[in-house]
Amino acid sequence: MEGNMSLSLKVWRQSNKETAGGFENYKLDSVSPDMSFLEMFDVLNEQLIEEGKEPVAFDHDCREGICGSCSMYINGRPHGPLRGVTVCQLHMRSFNDGDTIVVEPWRAQAFPVIKDLVVDRDAFDRVISAGGFVSVNTGNAQDANSLPVPKEAADDAFSAAACIGCGACVAACKNASAMLFVSAKISQLALLPQGQAERSIRAEKMVAQMDAEGFGACTNTGACSAECPKEISMENIARMNREYIGAKFSSSAV
Amino acid sequence: MPVILFSFSKFRLNKNNMATSSRLDAKVPQGPLETKWSKYRSSVPLVNPANKRNLEIIVIGTGLAGASAAATLAELGYAVKAFCFQDSPRRAHSIAAQGGINAAKNYQNDGDSIYRLFYDTIKGGDYRSREGNVHRLAEVSGSIIDQCVAAGVPFAREYGGLLSNRSFGGTQVQRTFYAAGQTGQQLLLGAYSGLQRQVGMGTVKMYNRHEMLDIVNIDGKCRGIIARNLITGELERHAAHAVLLCSGGYGNVFYLSTNAMGSNVTAAWKAHKRGAFFGNPCFTQIHPTCIPVSGEHQSKLTLMSESLRNDGRIWVPKAKNDTRPGNEIPEEERDYYLERRYPAFGNLVPRDIASRAAKERCDAGYGVGSSKLAVFLDFAAAVERYGRAEANKNNIHNASDSDIIAWGKAVVKEKYGNLFDMYKQITGEDPYQVPMRIYPAVHYTMGGLWVDYNLMTTVPGLYALGEANFSDHGANRLGASALMQGLADGYFVIPYTIGSYLSNEIRTGKISTEHEVFVKTEQEVRERIEKLLKIQGKTSPEIFHRRLGKIMWDKCGMARNEQGLKEAIIEIRQLREEFWSDVKVMGTATYFNPELDKANRVADFIELGELMCIDALTRNESCGGHFREEYQTEEGEAMRDDENFMFVSAWEHKGPEEWELHKEELIYENIKIAQRSYK
Repeated sequence: MEGNMSLSLKVWRQSNKETAGGFENYKLDSVSPDMSFLEMFDVLNEQLIEEGKEPVAFDHDCREGICGSCSMYINGRPHGPLRGVTVCQLHMRSFNDGDTIVVEPWRAQAFPVIKDLVVDRDAFDRVISAGGFVSVNTGNAQDANSLPVPKEAADDAFSAAACIGCGACVAACKNASAMLFVSAKISQLALLPQGQAERSIRAEKMVAQMDAEGFGACTNTGACSAECPKEISMENIARMNREYIGAKFSSSAV
Repeated sequence: MPVILFSFSKFRLNKNNMATSSRLDAKVPQGPLETKWSKYRSSVPLVNPANKRNLEIIVIGTGLAGASAAATLAELGYAVKAFCFQDSPRRAHSIAAQGGINAAKNYQNDGDSIYRLFYDTIKGGDYRSREGNVHRLAEVSGSIIDQCVAAGVPFAREYGGLLSNRSFGGTQVQRTFYAAGQTGQQLLLGAYSGLQRQVGMGTVKMYNRHEMLDIVNIDGKCRGIIARNLITGELERHAAHAVLLCSGGYGNVFYLSTNAMGSNVTAAWKAHKRGAFFGNPCFTQIHPTCIPVSGEHQSKLTLMSESLRNDGRIWVPKAKNDTRPGNEIPEEERDYYLERRYPAFGNLVPRDIASRAAKERCDAGYGVGSSKLAVFLDFAAAVERYGRAEANKNNIHNASDSDIIAWGKAVVKEKYGNLFDMYKQITGEDPYQVPMRIYPAVHYTMGGLWVDYNLMTTVPGLYALGEANFSDHGANRLGASALMQGLADGYFVIPYTIGSYLSNEIRTGKISTEHEVFVKTEQEVRERIEKLLKIQGKTSPEIFHRRLGKIMWDKCGMARNEQGLKEAIIEIRQLREEFWSDVKVMGTATYFNPELDKANRVADFIELGELMCIDALTRNESCGGHFREEYQTEEGEAMRDDENFMFVSAWEHKGPEEWELHKEELIYENIKIAQRSYK
């Protein structure tokens, strides 16, 4: 091995959502500061396999901060200590030799644990299915430049659309609220002309589904945005509230 | 019929016969190139809406190709089931594409056209792709942008509100649409939202955390799949009238690549072993601009978008072993080797050429960084250029140098900010201050399942879309064309072409999963899983994967030669035997067990690796990403052999270590074949 950091890890182990879980302690030596946090976990898992123990299950895929799979709650913070960074891009140089690191899964009623650090985030997909789209079938589109969109609106829509759906906002929130995630999609489409036709009904349906999934209410604490690896702004929540209230005043549905 | 039976000991190659094998019918419509698709589209048989409801289609994978196909086919009225191994369809690896998507819109009025996009793609692919397919791709490219904008994809725009474009490698026009450095994410989320809309309406049934482990062929037609629920470990049988593999590429055969950790060849490989021919398996794209390997712990490589080559200049020091930081090496001591060797395209040469040029400089001892396996990508000139332009825009004509640099950095940040941040996060160096260090890495596979014009494989009813097929990029893909192809196949090709098959399936009726072939196939899958778990050897799947990757990278990577490939084939066969006697898979098959999933995938990668080496060994020429050291010009450029190798290699699996080569001759009626030159 190439590194010289030694770490103590307290990792949440849980067989499935039916059984109770608990922390296990592991020691890891020869960690390189250039490893990513997940590569450090790869090393841990190889060590566990060597010892004949089951490796720790954790979600991960692209390892470049964009797929939204990785989801570790590190030392009490989703995605660990840095701002604007997912676990997969967190590197061990952000920790010190001799540190004890506590790693837990996302904790929320709407995100049941599947195994160890892996949780079920299907609730997010169902919220999108409720209205997070423009109802345009393939083949119906007019020329892409026939409708100019002011650059500022396009840029704001893009900033909201940068959400990776990881669920850190829910994990960070004391109420396990999904308002930042839901508001990012509502904002993206409310800011663009293409989203106007369904603007009201979208806000109503997505909020209704969000509530049905068991996510908590928003108390404007702001932990969601502070911990969001893509730094999605709280402004989106304010916009969603305006969209929702406006929709409810004129509602004929939901 | 030209046939090569590959047996390593008695290997023979019938050199002068390239005529198309009778087993391969590309079904490209007759007539002039420009009207092939429009005529075919208007005459392909249709299925009436009442029948569509009774026809089931399975889609494997939910990246750009899979998500767009699943949503569009459901809109048309088919009963669709979609499968992904990730926890959500939104996580497919298309999401990580950075730079952009090409389309022949000619919004920049710079001379672009469908023909030019077609021509650039064929030439960029080093004349190893099929004219009819590529022209269709160029034709539908404009509709993709229209569709994405209508679906709410927030592309970058100019102040006037219209769409912005950038340049990409291998072209001289600006036809690339983008959303900062996250174009793939925005396009995939657009396709995903369309898919989720159908899921909400109940027209698509979505299976997350499910992996396809085999296809089921009944009476010569693909009739369904065996899938494994990765949470419970249960095997499931799913029947359908057609199965679409949209499962991406196989770059992870090299262990280190820019692919996601989960990207795998299993779906395509199972199909291959059940009769789907594998096209051009050795055509691999090595992307020139990736963050260099930092140590043995490395689990994957990270791309720095090709769009950076728009503004970044690539160089190495003129002196060997120059250890000064890049920003301290004076201008006259730098070798801008791409600009020197390829003045017409400069830093925007296609990927294969840029990668080989970087390797050449590093091999010659001019590499930088601690490993000496890196070159500089420098933005200092762009910062100054943009800074001056900003000063002029603001009507300031006596700006100080520091102001100009500050403005320039702000422009660069807007264009590439997320990439610069990512670089800094991974390397710990600030690319606004010092030049980036980059090195080539495996990125994409042009090869894939052989398909005809309808995107059907050699198994009736089994289709392959997007990176999973071989069809459009020849021996080298141009930047920003993968997103275009994925969405073209899913949104605008398969919804039409599938009619030619399904119109004959309306009398089939519901297919029973109790059929004996379903039972037998499920049993075979179960036995393989039990076998993997029973070995209880000493070596983890991860270590086998790493060893395979090293063989592949060293001997079937950026440069290949006969001896190395022959060695690799032997080493891979040994590795396979060792795997099946010494792999250690922890846990059981009755719950969420990523180790078992990995072992299953690595086993398939090992078999694929052998075929890739055999393919590379039989192609005695250099073209695109396939560079055989024996076949190069005096200046070190790739030397194609059109006389003997202008064909697609389609490999039929005959048994363990045994394949038969079928050739599809490539006929160019509309393009003049030329030695590819970017000088």
